[in-house]
Amino acid sequence: MPQTALSPGKLERQAGGLRATGDWTLPHHQRLRKTIEQQRPGHAANTQDLDLKGLGELDTSGAVLLVEIIGPERMLEVANWAPEQPAERHALLLAVAGAMQHSDPIPTPTRSPAVAALGEIGRIMENLGRQQLQLLGFIGLTLGSLASVLLKPWRWRVTALVAHIQQTGLNAIPIVALLTFLVGAVVAFLGATVLRDFGATIFTVNLVAYAFLREFGVLLAAIMLAGRTASAFTAQIGSMKANEEIDALRAQGLSPMELLVLPRVLAMMISLPILTFIGMLSGIAGGAMVCVLALDISLTQFLDILQRDTPLRHFLVGLGKAPIFAFLIAVIGCLEGFKASGSAQSVGEHTTSSVVQSIFMVILIDALAAMFFMEMGW
Amino acid sequence: MSRSEEAVIEVRGLVNRFGPHVVHEDLDLDIRRGEILGVVGGSGTGKSVLLRSIVGLKHPDGGSIRVFGQDLRRLPADQRSRLERRFGVMFQRGALFTSLNLQENVALPLIEHAGLSRADAEHLARVKLALAGLPPEAALLAPDALSGGMTKRAALARALALDPEVLFLDEPTAGLDPIGAAAFDQLLMTLRDALGFSVFLVTHDLDTLYTACDRVAVIARKRVLVADDLATVEATDDDWIRDYFHGPRGRAASQAAQRLEDQ
Ligand SMILES: Nc1ncnc2c1ncn2[C@@H]1O[C@H](COP(=O)(O)OP(=O)(O)O)[C@@H](O)[C@H]1O
Ligand SMILES: [Mg+2]
Repeated sequence: MPQTALSPGKLERQAGGLRATGDWTLPHHQRLRKTIEQQRPGHAANTQDLDLKGLGELDTSGAVLLVEIIGPERMLEVANWAPEQPAERHALLLAVAGAMQHSDPIPTPTRSPAVAALGEIGRIMENLGRQQLQLLGFIGLTLGSLASVLLKPWRWRVTALVAHIQQTGLNAIPIVALLTFLVGAVVAFLGATVLRDFGATIFTVNLVAYAFLREFGVLLAAIMLAGRTASAFTAQIGSMKANEEIDALRAQGLSPMELLVLPRVLAMMISLPILTFIGMLSGIAGGAMVCVLALDISLTQFLDILQRDTPLRHFLVGLGKAPIFAFLIAVIGCLEGFKASGSAQSVGEHTTSSVVQSIFMVILIDALAAMFFMEMGW
Repeated sequence: MSRSEEAVIEVRGLVNRFGPHVVHEDLDLDIRRGEILGVVGGSGTGKSVLLRSIVGLKHPDGGSIRVFGQDLRRLPADQRSRLERRFGVMFQRGALFTSLNLQENVALPLIEHAGLSRADAEHLARVKLALAGLPPEAALLAPDALSGGMTKRAALARALALDPEVLFLDEPTAGLDPIGAAAFDQLLMTLRDALGFSVFLVTHDLDTLYTACDRVAVIARKRVLVADDLATVEATDDDWIRDYFHGPRGRAASQAAQRLEDQ
């Protein structure tokens, strides 16, 4: 059994059959298998005699090959035709032969690639449709349990809610602030470059303010949370599912919706508007920095224009979208977690899917909302 | 390969602790070539931790562990990996890779370490699964579709993938029905006789101790109290051992083993 390569296994032809010599062990497996294929053109030659007298080391992989050469039925009578072998080796060969009697190769279904590709497209489309249906159902379920809990303050999970607000909201403040600050600076630069040709550099202030109040503040914060928190929700709930923790909750008569989903959804709906507000401020600050340092617009001038030219409704339009985005992101994150099955692979796939879906939804809804607000003249 | 006094694994003065909680203190144990060593002890006495220390998954806080005459911790990474390949480990909860089906689970070490082609490795894997007592159609199942007993068998098949020299089994028959457990003991003995590996067998199954084990080590009070053949262990003057072997279950298992021998 020690894996010495002293006498590599061989299979030779001799009068009346085949002769196996040397070590039939795992390191020689690949080569021995090739030899067997060569020695045995056609697969009907299972009846040959096999001489084991020169056999060295033998392990299960070698035993498998020997059984393949003469077939499991004959190997079960190994004690008759190879009595010189020690009892342990008989035991091994018998065990392997017994196992191989029942381990016929499983036919794998083969289909033409064209049909497979069509089938794959069909499956993807069907999944897409089913996904939206499931999402609608899950939204209904969430709203239903929210309604049932709302009037019963003793069932509010305040501790869980606060913990989730800390994770999704408070801990995300630095990254959201930094991100929006940088994007604010970039927008200001872009605006200045284009507007300078018209001698309208001063309107950079309006550009930054409008962009961040209406769109960028909420959009950047939402995308950040979709990547940061929707994935976390999916992974948390998914691995709880894999560990049968969700089933354990249900079996104890506890509602996973109430315990797991509602605190997360509510925490998200509280955190995102706050983060949006912070994002707006810090984006405008980024713009202000560029205006002051690069465009010769003083800070007082900047603030003056900001106050004079920017109606409140831009701020409200931007902030109003935040709870809707938050709800969608949280619901998608949780739902994907519940869809994960027991495997690590599946948790990974659903985490990816939850991030992609929630970012897609956020941008889609934002585009629809932009058109709606434009038509309304808000 | 005959059973001998030669130790493949020597544990000397092992110390393990988690923070202030001392699990092992000055623990000595030998695993001899070709033997099935049963390791018993109450829940939480550190059987799994001992197993993890020997196979190198937990860094001991003191003492030495020599494997095939070498100290695993002092070896460079590649030599160490080569030594570790001579171990087969079956974890308490199976620890099958959930994103692979059973035959891929067993084939993985064959492809990675023995350099087999995928087709050969999967063919060998199916035989090993059958050896471990699984039906052929189980080969394509995912681990989360298995019952507890099937998971144990699949985990055994994976532990046996590379024909290890030392097999570590953590409570392999827990969760198997009595018939399945007896078949498992029989399978273990057949494979041990055929392949000559040594077995470190953590178990609570008294029947396994009586039918399959050559020696039994009792872990209690942070040490190995005794490690000897069953008769000697049973006769040891210790409260825990007396309760364990001479309680109602111990007596029943001992009588059953006696009847088996008489037949
Ligand atoms: N990773 C760990 N961290 C802290 N304590 C641990 C850890 N693993 C095991 N223990 C402790 O070590 C002791 C022995 O555990 P274990 O070896 O699993 O027991 P058993 O003998 O039942 O297999 C237990 O008290 C357990 O709480
Ligand atoms: Mg344990």
